Amino acid sequence: MSAWRISLRLLRRDWRSGELYLLAAALVITVAAVTAVGFFTDRVEATMERQGSELIASDLAIQSSTPLPETLADEAKTRGLSTAQTLEFRSVLVTDQTPQLVNIKAVDSAYPLRGELRIRANADTQDAPAPQGPPAGEVWLESRLLPLLQIQIGDRIKIGETPLRIGAILTREPDEGRSFFNIAPRVMMNTADLKATGLIGPASRATHRLLIAGDAEAVARYRDWIEPRLAANMSAESASEARPEFASAVERAARFLHLATLTTLLVAGAAIALASHRLVERQTDAVAIMRCLGAPRRLLTRIFLLRLVLFGLIASLVGCLFGWLAQAGLVGALSDWLGEDLPPASAAPIVTGVATGLICLLGFALPPLLQLTRVTPLRALRRDIGGPKAPAALALVAAGGALALLILWQAQDLSLAWKLIAGVMGALVTLVLSVLLLVRLAGRLTGRVRGIWRLGLAALARRPSGAVLQIGGFGIGILALLLLAVVRLDLLHAWQDSLPTDAPNYFLINIQPEEVEPLRDFLAEAGIERAPIYPMIRGRLTRINAHEVEPSDYEDPRAERLATREFNLSYGTEPQPDNRIVAGNWWSGEEAPPQFSVETGIAETLGIALGDRLTFWISGHAVSGPVTSLREVQWDSFNVNFFVTASPVLLRDEAATYITSFHLAHENEGLVAELSRRFPSVTPLDVDAILGQVRQVIDRGVLAVEYVFAFTILAGLLVMYAGIQASLEDRRAEHGILRTLGTGRRALLGSLAVEFTAAGLLAGLLASIFAEATGWLLAEQLFELEFSFNPWLWVVGVLGSGLAIGLAGTLATYPLLIRPPLQSLRQAG
Amino acid sequence: MGKHVNGPAGGLTILEGLDLEIDAGEAVAILGASGSGKSTLLSLLAGLDDASAGEVWLCDRRIGDLDEDGRAELRAGRVGFVFQNFQLLPTLTARENVLLPLELTGTANAAERADSALERVGLTARAGHYPRQLSGGEQQRIAIARAYAPRPSVLFADEPTGNLDQQTGEQIIDLLLDLRQASDAALILVTHDPRLAERCDRRLRMRDGRLETLA
Repeated sequence: MSAWRISLRLLRRDWRSGELYLLAAALVITVAAVTAVGFFTDRVEATMERQGSELIASDLAIQSSTPLPETLADEAKTRGLSTAQTLEFRSVLVTDQTPQLVNIKAVDSAYPLRGELRIRANADTQDAPAPQGPPAGEVWLESRLLPLLQIQIGDRIKIGETPLRIGAILTREPDEGRSFFNIAPRVMMNTADLKATGLIGPASRATHRLLIAGDAEAVARYRDWIEPRLAANMSAESASEARPEFASAVERAARFLHLATLTTLLVAGAAIALASHRLVERQTDAVAIMRCLGAPRRLLTRIFLLRLVLFGLIASLVGCLFGWLAQAGLVGALSDWLGEDLPPASAAPIVTGVATGLICLLGFALPPLLQLTRVTPLRALRRDIGGPKAPAALALVAAGGALALLILWQAQDLSLAWKLIAGVMGALVTLVLSVLLLVRLAGRLTGRVRGIWRLGLAALARRPSGAVLQIGGFGIGILALLLLAVVRLDLLHAWQDSLPTDAPNYFLINIQPEEVEPLRDFLAEAGIERAPIYPMIRGRLTRINAHEVEPSDYEDPRAERLATREFNLSYGTEPQPDNRIVAGNWWSGEEAPPQFSVETGIAETLGIALGDRLTFWISGHAVSGPVTSLREVQWDSFNVNFFVTASPVLLRDEAATYITSFHLAHENEGLVAELSRRFPSVTPLDVDAILGQVRQVIDRGVLAVEYVFAFTILAGLLVMYAGIQASLEDRRAEHGILRTLGTGRRALLGSLAVEFTAAGLLAGLLASIFAEATGWLLAEQLFELEFSFNPWLWVVGVLGSGLAIGLAGTLATYPLLIRPPLQSLRQAG
Repeated sequence: MGKHVNGPAGGLTILEGLDLEIDAGEAVAILGASGSGKSTLLSLLAGLDDASAGEVWLCDRRIGDLDEDGRAELRAGRVGFVFQNFQLLPTLTARENVLLPLELTGTANAAERADSALERVGLTARAGHYPRQLSGGEQQRIAIARAYAPRPSVLFADEPTGNLDQQTGEQIIDLLLDLRQASDAALILVTHDPRLAERCDRRLRMRDGRLETLA
């Protein structure tokens, strides 16, 4: 009979006997968690990308300072993509009053491809969505222009040579936050009227944009096609590139989700290891008999391998099914946010899930199972011959290798993966050493105590390897639950708090120096306390040390753009509150020597290191100084932030405008009109839309992470159950003998309670230490969030787990005590 | 043939100067007190263990020439075992336990042969039961069915009645000898029960690691 058929039959029989349930449950949970997150992120990333798209009114925007060749739009259309074109330029509107610099955007009838355009028909009505931009012959204006120019809806204003009717007040453009600084009041018109204005000639300064939208893959393929065809003055941007705040929030959400999956993977991996260990122990006699009956090793090896792979495949596919169902449930729970037309999940997570299941199983279970084939047939005659132990090094290398491989694969972040691997290995070593220490302590105490204490502590001391497995199992289970508490209570809250309800939703830019004090008073009078005003100076980076900065020096398109554009520089005596110095030191005081502090991201992009000397060209002269610190900036805090900040002496004499950001409650929005009247040159910028998007990503991300953590809880409970089960075989014989020798049921019950409570307390203590350390590391290193130590975690972790495991272990073992001792002895063989 | 082991307290000779030949179809009882080396002799004869000196031939093959897998292949289908503690696989039903050696050797008509073996031991009605649901006597009958189902040339029985009461033990011996006669297999029976030994063709006693023939 072929090994295949025997494997199948044995697998079916093992399943029926219940031997494989624990291992199957551990495997199904692991694969379900991995695939649920896979399916979910697959679909949600598409949604998030689409929501991000609303912020640039398209999926991809091609931008150029000269007219874009027709071929680009034509190619997009032939690929089945939608296109729209916009043109932005500055002009001056002249009425009877003062001339007013405005930012004009001419749009075609297809604009916007993504997101919503909103207008008000007159000053008093609510705003409503507009399906497309203004019709020909009409303009829409920002509301603050009406008092500035003393005009009304229905009036006509001249744009260049053409008078156009004011059709509505423009309240929201999906991509309004795009040109963030130095924007004048906004005006929108139809491209059809552009020619008649006479404002745009071949050499005019204008920004031409081709907007593209459509199926994600088609857009990606189009991007691949267009990238090599872009001239030096052209660039292509997706939502995440255009909006760092949004990308930063999405990235954190994805990190949290992957972290949740990894935690589940680690915990379920422990359950798989414990379950495999038990399976191997129970199979030793069967193998000895099969060898007696004439089964050669190579046949047994084939049988075990096939059986394991078959089992792994089936359990993984069941796990995939649960993962898919869980993902469908999660999508249902978030349907208000994700919308109805979520793209279908791809099949890729199934491959990932099955591969994860097999790697887990083979890594943890294969070495001990293969070792089983070395069982001597003599064991069938002589029970005193133990089963062969897998060489510790081989088992460790296989299990550690499988874990490391899965972490590296799942983390999708090399530095996170290595930290996790180091953390897990460190935790395991600490765990083993601590348990061995406890076992030794229990052994010493045994001689000094009596009664149930003696029995209980002796039971712990008698089985050092069993205690390591058992307390390890408990510890990992509790760690999962505590980590969940840390992430749920501390990290996720810290994340939500990083964007408080009063996060700035308005920016004021172009504040003139003489307006700073009156504006501060104005804001204070309006009850706006938190609006720090920062100076802003425009300058172009011309040198890094002696090297001239040329766009052609950089291959990265972002670096190339940065090398051509002007930076917004600032100066001050303190770093912004949400900045973190990661290298070097901040200067002290007003008179500190000339120096710069640079944001880490831009430093990396442009190749700037600590100690480099930067030279900026500001208003016709060079300003230079060394880089003395590098800062991490929390871009999604919505506070004013700068890539480059200087010590005051370097920039305080340069011509500056000022910038601030503050939170304005919706009911106070009338303040903006008042502000525009009092400070006509100041440009208010409403970032409520992007703020809302980021907040939504955070809130839904938190929900999704909590959902995925449900798998971690399941895995945690499972590993604890496996920990209790691990010692059941040994206990069966032991209790049979002790009871036969006259030990009372009550005394045995008490000793069980002592043993399990001691194990629970130690496991709880270790788990609390690891949970706090992990929480701190995650907050500080990975999520850049504030972390606060939580005393309750220790109380619940140590006392709670002592109590819970004491109770659960005693209850689970209780059935052994109520059956007649002879039955226990017989079953133990 | 001899068997010598090294332990923490120094060397120990378990078997020494043994010379034994068992013919096809012969029933041989090996008697002896506990620890006299009976089971060790059985394990050497079955190729489960290595002799320290001398050689063992089984079914015309010298066991010392074979590696572990070669010995397993030699045993497959030719050697049956009955153990004192039955050694049924707890996760398999009675019928599946009987089927196992037939499946491992790829025997044709395995199912029919397993059913007929169960019928011979009178446990067809218990075919679907697991070992834990059977009495000690029933478990040993299943073990005998498993041992005879592949129609072996040699059957080794290690204290087959050691875990059973006297009456059940006698039934088991009847069954073992009946089946032996029907199959014409050699039976090597290790026991310390003289009454059981009486029913075999030849009786040997182990004493101080040596064999002596009893009248």
